[in-house]
Amino acid sequence: MLLISCPNCGPRDETEFHYGGQAHVAYPENPNQLNDREWAEYLFYRDNTKGTFAERWVHSTGCRQWFNILRDTVSYDIKAVYPMGALRPDTTPAAPEGAAK
Amino acid sequence: MADLLPEHPEFLWHNPDPKPSYDAVIVGGGGHGLATAYFLAKNHGMTNIAVLEKGWLAGGNMARNTTIIRSNYLWDESAAIYEHALKLWEILPEELEYDFLFSQRGVMNLAHTLGDVRESMRRVGANKLNGVDAEWLDPQQVKELCPILNISDNIRYPVMGATYQPRAGIAKHDHVAWAFARKCDELGVDIIQNCEVTGFVKDGNRVVGVKTNRGTINTEKVGLCAAGHSSVLAEMAGFRLPIQSHPLQALVSELHEPVHPTVVMSNHVHVYVSQAHKGELVMGAGVDSYNGYGQRGSFHVIEQQMAAAVELFPIFARAHVLRTWGGIVDTTLDASPIVGTTPVENMFVNCGWGTGGFKGTPAAGLTFAHTIATGAPHKLNAPFSLERFETGALIDEHGAAAVAH
Ligand SMILES: Cc1cc2nc3c(=O)[nH]c(=O)nc-3n(C[C@H](O)[C@H](O)[C@H](O)COP(=O)(O)OP(=O)(O)OC[C@H]3O[C@@H](n4cnc5c(N)ncnc54)[C@H](O)[C@@H]3O)c2cc1C
Ligand SMILES: [Zn+2]
Repeated sequence: MLLISCPNCGPRDETEFHYGGQAHVAYPENPNQLNDREWAEYLFYRDNTKGTFAERWVHSTGCRQWFNILRDTVSYDIKAVYPMGALRPDTTPAAPEGAAK
Repeated sequence: MADLLPEHPEFLWHNPDPKPSYDAVIVGGGGHGLATAYFLAKNHGMTNIAVLEKGWLAGGNMARNTTIIRSNYLWDESAAIYEHALKLWEILPEELEYDFLFSQRGVMNLAHTLGDVRESMRRVGANKLNGVDAEWLDPQQVKELCPILNISDNIRYPVMGATYQPRAGIAKHDHVAWAFARKCDELGVDIIQNCEVTGFVKDGNRVVGVKTNRGTINTEKVGLCAAGHSSVLAEMAGFRLPIQSHPLQALVSELHEPVHPTVVMSNHVHVYVSQAHKGELVMGAGVDSYNGYGQRGSFHVIEQQMAAAVELFPIFARAHVLRTWGGIVDTTLDASPIVGTTPVENMFVNCGWGTGGFKGTPAAGLTFAHTIATGAPHKLNAPFSLERFETGALIDEHGAAAVAH
């Protein structure tokens, strides 16, 4: 079980949280101008990084707030916790093999 | 001492070094990669081909799945491909000359709410229209087929009935892989283990080779069968897949006398159980919520499925967990696979089978081989194209197919 540090409540068991998938996916700025390919990207395509991944979690049975974390999808180590709206912190000296972006 | 040992039995396959070039290279030596190579050789006469596996043969999800085989999916496209797979399962032991313990002991999908009951009855009707054997059982009939199931109303979600597919069942996964591997080898396919694909060689938008830890191999065509690692390979090739890789766990108990005659699945309380030929109770449930490539998940997922199992099968309270493990499953948003062409010329992809691709192995192999050999999909996999995420022609099997697997 993951031990996740909620920015508001501190370290809690994973069972108190829900997963929100990839972080930093913005709603399309001009939805009317998107073609089918772009809609598909927005609706169905998400990064599936092997390595450090920026993702959202919500503390459902605690403060009920959303936040972002950087987590390694192989070791499951959590490398950073940061608020919604903040930029992805730069923790890695070099991008790991297979990581997106 | 050595001279006391009998001669080593025939190897099921050989371990050749990679040749400099092939007509086609299959990436991933799980069930799907092996089945694809088999049908390429058998149906399309393509024998100058190789299966490249980064680890040992069928050590990925093929080694880790709970082997449920059924075809009682709701939608026409799914019923067609999974039923075709089931028909192939019925003839493969003879065709591959290998008894891999395919056991048609039936699969029950339990209903615990009025909503479940309605959906289940609808699925039985849809299945019948598609020529898939399906029945609705009331709780008493459920009990007759599986006497150890608790159908009383003293549990949180009493059993209100079940769908039943008599021709469904289980098979011995390792033996399935070895059966395909032996036939592939006999047909001249190179099975190359410890050979990890690390990149692709392209001429413009056309793939012409694969880079591996054992050198670069030229090839006319590439078929990706990498299950949980499909996105990683697609990224190397320069395109994206609508796939998320999740841990999926399972567990077994110690060996028991035969107590469980069929396969029982419950979407609602989320567990499914069968008893392996050797006697272990084999259980699984849903994926861990987070993305993961670690071949392990969180223990609460195991705990919850055991709690559900003990409520449904009170005698399991005396069993013990012997072992738990995880695989990496490649899920799509409509819970249906992707089998077809890619944006890269001469590169094809078979992935997205997620939590339930073991049962599909023979049909995945057959249709993917057709796609690779002819450059166009077979009619069974045509609906399962990558383009469906753009056209919107999704095949939404979430819930509709009862629980995954
Ligand atoms: C716990 C669990 C339970 C399941 N239960 C069921 C069930 O009851 N019924 C059912 O139908 N399905 C079930 N499944 C799903 C099923 O196992 C998969 O859908 C199916 O095995 C996927 O196809 P495969 O056998 O080819 O995959 P795999 O065996 O995972 O094969 C993919 C192979 O690709 C290799 N590979 C990856 N990257 C590279 C690379 N770069 N170079 C070379 N090789 C590479 C991997 O090492 C791996 O061997 C279950 C899965 C799990 C994990
Ligand atoms: Zn909190």
